[in-house]
Amino acid sequence: MSPTISDLITPALVTVDLTATDRRAAIDELAQLLEADGRVSDRATYVDAVWAREEETGGTGMESGVAIPHAKTPAVSRAGIAFGRSAAGVDFGAEDDTPSDLVFLIAAPEGADDLHVRVLSRIARKLIHESFRTSLREADSSQAVVDIIQREVEL
Amino acid sequence: MKLVAVTSCPTGIAHSEMAAEALEVAAKAKGHEIEVEVQGAAGGPPIGAATIAAAEAVIFAVDATVRDRDRFAHLPAVEVRTREAIDRASAIVDQAVAAAERAPARATAAAGAGAAGASRTDDGERDVLASVTGKSTSKGEEVRRWLMTGVSYMIPFVVGGGILIALSFAIADAVEVTQHAIFVPGEGVQSAAALGIDLRTWFGVLLLAIGGTAFSMLVPVLAGFIAFAMADRPGITPGFVGGLIAVQVEAGFLGGLVAGLLAGGIVMGLKRIPVTGTIKRMMPILIYPIIGTLAVGALMYLVVGEPVAALNAALSGWLGGLSGANQILLGLLLGMMMAFDMGGPVNKVAYAFGIAALDAGNFQVMAAIMAAGMTPPLGLALATVVRKRLFSQEEREAGEAAWIMGASFITEGAIPFAAADPLRVIPSLMVGSAVTGALSFWFNATLQAPHGGIWVIGVIGNWPLYLVAIAIGTVVTAGMVILLKSVGREAPAAPAAPAAA
Repeated sequence: MSPTISDLITPALVTVDLTATDRRAAIDELAQLLEADGRVSDRATYVDAVWAREEETGGTGMESGVAIPHAKTPAVSRAGIAFGRSAAGVDFGAEDDTPSDLVFLIAAPEGADDLHVRVLSRIARKLIHESFRTSLREADSSQAVVDIIQREVEL
Repeated sequence: MKLVAVTSCPTGIAHSEMAAEALEVAAKAKGHEIEVEVQGAAGGPPIGAATIAAAEAVIFAVDATVRDRDRFAHLPAVEVRTREAIDRASAIVDQAVAAAERAPARATAAAGAGAAGASRTDDGERDVLASVTGKSTSKGEEVRRWLMTGVSYMIPFVVGGGILIALSFAIADAVEVTQHAIFVPGEGVQSAAALGIDLRTWFGVLLLAIGGTAFSMLVPVLAGFIAFAMADRPGITPGFVGGLIAVQVEAGFLGGLVAGLLAGGIVMGLKRIPVTGTIKRMMPILIYPIIGTLAVGALMYLVVGEPVAALNAALSGWLGGLSGANQILLGLLLGMMMAFDMGGPVNKVAYAFGIAALDAGNFQVMAAIMAAGMTPPLGLALATVVRKRLFSQEEREAGEAAWIMGASFITEGAIPFAAADPLRVIPSLMVGSAVTGALSFWFNATLQAPHGGIWVIGVIGNWPLYLVAIAIGTVVTAGMVILLKSVGREAPAAPAAPAAA
């Protein structure tokens, strides 16, 4: 059975106060949420995989302040998305050097057919809409973030 | 209006999906119909043949090669990078609509030709192009994309090789380093003692050898990747070989351009030969490399090599003979080109000209180009400091980064400002850069490295005056920006707040 968006993101996977200031630390901070929620079994391996992808693409940061680091690896036991909002923003290699303040870390297990890619493309498409980004920036709690994403990114 | 679009990025799918969404949103907001094909990891279904036949224009928002591009060959096309589509989807949709309106006859011709991507048109000129290249759409754009692909693959070689060579000349005597070889055939790699030189000179010889090797690849890489842009992977072998022959026959950069276009065109032609079965499988393994390389090689040696070499020599001679007013005009023109699109195609054309001049032994052109590429970010940075209130908080922060980017010859540092207010910012940048370019020539500044900004000051000839040229251009740019921004602000605000301050 294919998962719905509510299986993929819960308030436990959201922080509206990302403390890390550099890219690798931000990825690790969000990966800890995925690990604590039982979705990532080997955090070090997972973070390395995400990092490799960042390096390969020159960064997943976009000029609108959004970043979508992601990886598909056996170190993920259950698919999930962690979301972090950073007050100062973190450099995710956006073309114009805009720091990313909205960071979506996507984890997909090996053999998750194209789930990984479908979630990513749904979110990427939504992120074009300024209203979606604004509501994420204005959400005052983890629950509010999850509600917004569930409402907007229905699978 | 009915539009189609293809989005594609080399890795991942985020940018292609975002570009697709941005174009859909923008087109629908303007009341157009659009169907977008995402070519990427996830990808979507290809656009149906009937939809393509009914479309009036195509938008390519692509960072990678478009698969089956021939399907769209009959349509007027607008081509941008995915990031441009994400940032400026609305303007790009307008461009596509304008392109369709400029070409009213084409839609009917396309309908007649059917959806198979046949290149039958009523337009004789376009037919000629089609027979040469196998494409019939928007030839200027298409050729530009091929050339830019070649140039953008070549630039890392230019930068790596050029800076190492410049370093070699900076740390050791420029004449002495050229009199030694780090590797002597039959004797192996030479130590400083064996060459009878001091360690510093020896290191210069080493740097020169490495940089020179990178430089020797410029023309082949240019030709190989032009052919790659045109004909995909099968273009690479004929392109590189053609480029190497261009070097042998002393046809230089022009020869490289010709070799790349020939190789790409020939392989595109070979790909159009209808074959099936075993032969079809043999095409990429045997036919393209053998026939393509043979044809390009023979043409380069026997037909085009020598005339292009003569042309190349004429260009070098013309550059060398330029003096006084003509040099200053060239500086003005190159300066404006550098600032016009800040790292875009016009900028790259000017830059490629600088590299060609460098190759031909003229070091003034590159100096003018680098100075003109430094002033846009520097001038904007200065403007944000002098007149803070004219800029948003984001722009002021971008201004801080622009100091470093400008000093490092990263013209792209001006883009955030130009994107926010193009009509005021871009003309200002062009004026400042034109002044700087002209001054650099006038001061007879020279530069043997193709990049590096202020960090290669040690290899700039007449460097004190060169800095003066950059400073003047920076001030002119800042002054223009402040002037134009002030004028634009006061006009609408005048009725509400008369005679304020």
